Amino acid sequence: MSMQIASDLPAPARRSFYEEIAANKRRSVFLIIVIAALLILLGYTFGEAYGLGYGGVAFAVILGIVSGLASYYGGARMVLAASRAGEVNRDEQPQLVNVIEELCIAGGLPTPKIYLIDDTAPNAFATGRDPQHAAVAITTGLLQKLNRAQLQGVMAHELSHVRNYDILFATMVGILVGSIALLADIALRSMRWGIGGRRRSGKNGGGNAIFAIIAIVLAILAPIFAKMLQLSISRKREYLADASGVQLTRDPEGLAGALEIIGRDAEVLEVANRATQHLYIVNPIKPFEDRVKSLFSTHPPIEERIRRLRAMA
Amino acid sequence: MIILLGIVVLVALWFILSYNGLVSARNMVKNAWSQIDVQLKRRYDLIPNLVEVVRDYMAYEQETLEKVVKARQTAIDVSGVKEQAQAEAQLTASLRQLFALVENYPQLKANENVGRLQEELTTTENKISFARQHYNDSVMRYNTKLQTIPTNMIAGMFNFTAETFFETPTEERGPVKVDLR
Repeated sequence: MSMQIASDLPAPARRSFYEEIAANKRRSVFLIIVIAALLILLGYTFGEAYGLGYGGVAFAVILGIVSGLASYYGGARMVLAASRAGEVNRDEQPQLVNVIEELCIAGGLPTPKIYLIDDTAPNAFATGRDPQHAAVAITTGLLQKLNRAQLQGVMAHELSHVRNYDILFATMVGILVGSIALLADIALRSMRWGIGGRRRSGKNGGGNAIFAIIAIVLAILAPIFAKMLQLSISRKREYLADASGVQLTRDPEGLAGALEIIGRDAEVLEVANRATQHLYIVNPIKPFEDRVKSLFSTHPPIEERIRRLRAMA
Repeated sequence: MIILLGIVVLVALWFILSYNGLVSARNMVKNAWSQIDVQLKRRYDLIPNLVEVVRDYMAYEQETLEKVVKARQTAIDVSGVKEQAQAEAQLTASLRQLFALVENYPQLKANENVGRLQEELTTTENKISFARQHYNDSVMRYNTKLQTIPTNMIAGMFNFTAETFFETPTEERGPVKVDLR
């Protein structure tokens, strides 16, 4: 689909992190607008087809916002609990704490809470709705495998998610995509009684039938399309976090080297699941062979990320 | 009438937001500068400990140790922005030399205290350079606001003046030149 081309264009050979950051921000804003337009289009045809006006859209959006807010405020705690992460202090992990403090100075951020996940699979993630409520977590497996510069690269990537408000961003996109899915679901379910009801009232003529067909087609396609856009945004934000991470460390090789080590490891993170997979530095639940380029992946392929990082050097 | 009032309110709002934005950007620059001092002090405090621990093992490296101690004292005593920067650069160079030497002493590398101190000094070195980097980033953000339309109008009205970047003294730049060729 054309959307894919727009979002996953191969990066030009050489690009500074400033240019990468600007380009990624533009693209994610563009994609959000497309998703919002999709929601409005679906709501409009739905309303026209059933003569309900915008009641259905309003209902879907309100429900989306409620679920979105719940994950926005409770999300960090839930994710950390689900990952069985334990908080660490300076005495236990001096280097980890030091590295994170250094990066927070570089970015002018408050120091986040630091968690350790007892798992040999190499991975890390960040969560929290803003820099004041942020937490970063890393698995013991990854901590052991990386040298100082690589650890710094990984943590810079995670802190960049915090600094770029990616959790807020993902929540907004989640609300839009959830509303689309909900609305489409309502539209398809109401097909059965909806058309019968129309006949009885007898007010509307043939124009309605066309809208009904469009509504059905949209109701089937829109959720899939919206999901793909959401994943595309997720991949975009990964590239953005890579580039902003380099802005902090000024050392693309650190993160590139770490990604190489992580990429070689085929182990699956046991505590990750579908709900939390987008948070991690690399997709935690797919076996390595499946982490290659895919329309339905939360993360861009590792080789491509490494290539772009080295192009910034 | 209502439209006119709306425009006036919007302009006033923009005015307040831009002014506050400038003030907070300027405060960020000041705060970033003081962060550098905090880290430099930390380094002064750590060095005597390091020298103390290392001294016994490095009997043949007295000269290097002396250099570190002397560079630290100079950095504390000196005044003036340019002289200060030069002294700090000297201190950084002497510490790097010391760390390079530590690599030659396996016992020293195995020593837990040395390891911990080395990590502390490494992180302090990093924090100093990151604090400077953050200072320069803040200066860039602030100066960009000063120079771009429309905030430059407000900056001109209230006498906001451009801040200067922290420049690395020439000694520290030396090795980079070699790489560029």
